[in-house]
Amino acid sequence: MVRINGFCDTLKMVDKIFSLFFHQKGRKVSDTDQPETTRRDFLYIATGAFAAGSAFAVWPLIDQMNPDASVLALSSVEVDLTPVEVGQSMTIKWRGSPIFVRRRTAEEIKQAVDVPLEDLPDPEPDSARAAKPEWLIMVGICTHLGCIPKGQSIGDERGDYGGWFCPCHGSHYDTAGRIRKGPAPLNLVIPPIAYLEETKIKIG
Amino acid sequence: MSGHSTYQPTNAVAKWFEARLPILGLVHETMVFPTPKNLNYWWTFGGILATFLVLQIITGIILAMHYTPDTGLAFESVEKIMRDVNYGWLLRYAHANGASMFFLAVYIHIFRGLYYGSYKAPRELVWIIGLVIYVAMMATAFMGYLLPWGQMSFWGATVITNFFSAFPIVGDPIVEWLRGGFVVDNPTLVRFFSLHYLLPFILVGLVAMHIWSFHVVGNNNPTGVEVKSVKADTVSFHPYYTIKDSFAIVVFMILYFYLVFYAPNLLGEADNYIKANPLVTPAEIVPEWYFLPFYAILRAVPDKLGGVLLMFASIGVLFLLPWLDTSKVRSATFRPWFRQFFFIFLAVSLGLGYLGGKPAEGGYVLASRILTAYYFAHFLIILPLVGLFETPKKLPESIAKSVLDKQGDSSGDGMVEEKA
Ligand code: HEM
Ligand code: FES
Repeated sequence: MVRINGFCDTLKMVDKIFSLFFHQKGRKVSDTDQPETTRRDFLYIATGAFAAGSAFAVWPLIDQMNPDASVLALSSVEVDLTPVEVGQSMTIKWRGSPIFVRRRTAEEIKQAVDVPLEDLPDPEPDSARAAKPEWLIMVGICTHLGCIPKGQSIGDERGDYGGWFCPCHGSHYDTAGRIRKGPAPLNLVIPPIAYLEETKIKIG
Repeated sequence: MSGHSTYQPTNAVAKWFEARLPILGLVHETMVFPTPKNLNYWWTFGGILATFLVLQIITGIILAMHYTPDTGLAFESVEKIMRDVNYGWLLRYAHANGASMFFLAVYIHIFRGLYYGSYKAPRELVWIIGLVIYVAMMATAFMGYLLPWGQMSFWGATVITNFFSAFPIVGDPIVEWLRGGFVVDNPTLVRFFSLHYLLPFILVGLVAMHIWSFHVVGNNNPTGVEVKSVKADTVSFHPYYTIKDSFAIVVFMILYFYLVFYAPNLLGEADNYIKANPLVTPAEIVPEWYFLPFYAILRAVPDKLGGVLLMFASIGVLFLLPWLDTSKVRSATFRPWFRQFFFIFLAVSLGLGYLGGKPAEGGYVLASRILTAYYFAHFLIILPLVGLFETPKKLPESIAKSVLDKQGDSSGDGMVEEKA
């Protein structure tokens, strides 16, 4: 067998690793019982390197499907809350998703605060959901399979807990947007919110 | 279809061509393929399926000449196809109902395989490639359904892409990757159009492999007994089965054109004539009828991940079928117990389809749970056990013998009118 000089040391090391995985018939074994580096080893390494290179080349083909720069650029919006009266709701769009803004009544807040955490499938105190208790701001997408729950408009069905109700497969959310009953596993998501002024927020 | 071609080109051009690219020989071999002489009409659905694949490709390519994959224009372009394009209404109704007929045919074809044990050795690969075709068909139809950009299109795609969000950690990134955004939007529409155009051609390749694979092992037949003598047990595919298949295709087309011309929206959803609105979910989301059994299984489970896994498993288990059925006898005609269980299973599957179209509440959920449990029990418990404990009836010595015996007492073709 011809030796491939120059690469020898590296090859020998890699070869040792390879030899753990491949048993080669008829390969030469030197006196010291060290397997010799052969053309075949070189082929293995070349193949391996080629495979690794191809894997890198495939990445752009996969990554192009991820949200692009223009989609990500819409990642934050500013919202003026002043038009919303107590007991009213507003729906705005953020990253293409509806955001539920609800100015809760004192009674709704009390209902949400009074629930013992043990009763919740996804336990979260009301304070963790609304920095200012009056304003509940959530992503209006059911955490089950993505429908938009009812409860934003007057006359909507609100479910058994007076908050939101997803008609798709029957998920009930309470007045803090927490899941109470139905197939949805989690509470409605709270987006990143920053208060810019008393009644002005930035989402995202 | 092994060995050398028996094709002998007679004219000079064919000879010249055949010596360079033996494609005529390939066609010839396919046409004279020795086919069991006792195939009944349940065997014509393969030909019907091939016909519909071609029809979908033709109508689809034409629709694509008038369709615009852009959220601002898609819905309008489909309405333009319906109102302005010459015969556009015909092409669109032919395509939309063609998808339904395609699925009707594939379900009959699959249940034919289940009844006659066509999935058993040596046809495991025929069965598995068939299932891959079925999965690819589902993907194609699902992506096609987004294209008209109606309310059901949008919300169907939202719910189905969301299935993947059930998986921990990798779930959400996968959903965003599939959609190309945080919600179903323009990037989703355009990629679905691209893939909807591509997949049918992949299907053509898969169908070729499907046919190739059963040309290696030979067709199954209603007795499930292998061909023993090519001369006694088989006839040439052409003209015997080309004629039989053509007749069945014509009959099936009557139903198809009845839908296209007289009830084009029977199987559709009225909500899909409302343009997609990402801020309002329709009161009830129902998938196309051919997905309903799986939808029922999904909703039978109160847990999100559990529902999604079970739904995928309901198709996955079909891939294991050749190894779950422990009986060596293929045809249900000779398996008295299995035959009963087959019909129960058929009823359960139809029942799941019915329940998938009902709201997920009260008794419907309970019924879905029972039928879902039975669906899995059929494959994982009943089939392995029945094969061990059942005493099959005596098999005919050969296909030829069974045909001659039948002619003696003039009964029909096995599946419906078989003797007690
Ligand atoms: C396996 C074969 C195919 C199946 C099962 C299939 C299925 C579907 C379905 C279910 C729809 C929605 C119909 C509706 O409700 O409006 C659709 C739409 C569409 N398909 Fe296909 N399709 C197939 C092949 C193709 C091919 C090869 C093309 C070629 C580009 C194509 C192009 C289109 C277009 C442009 C639309 C949108 C227009 C419309 O909504 O009618 N399809 N397809
Ligand atoms: S999507 Fe809301 S309950 Fe399923």
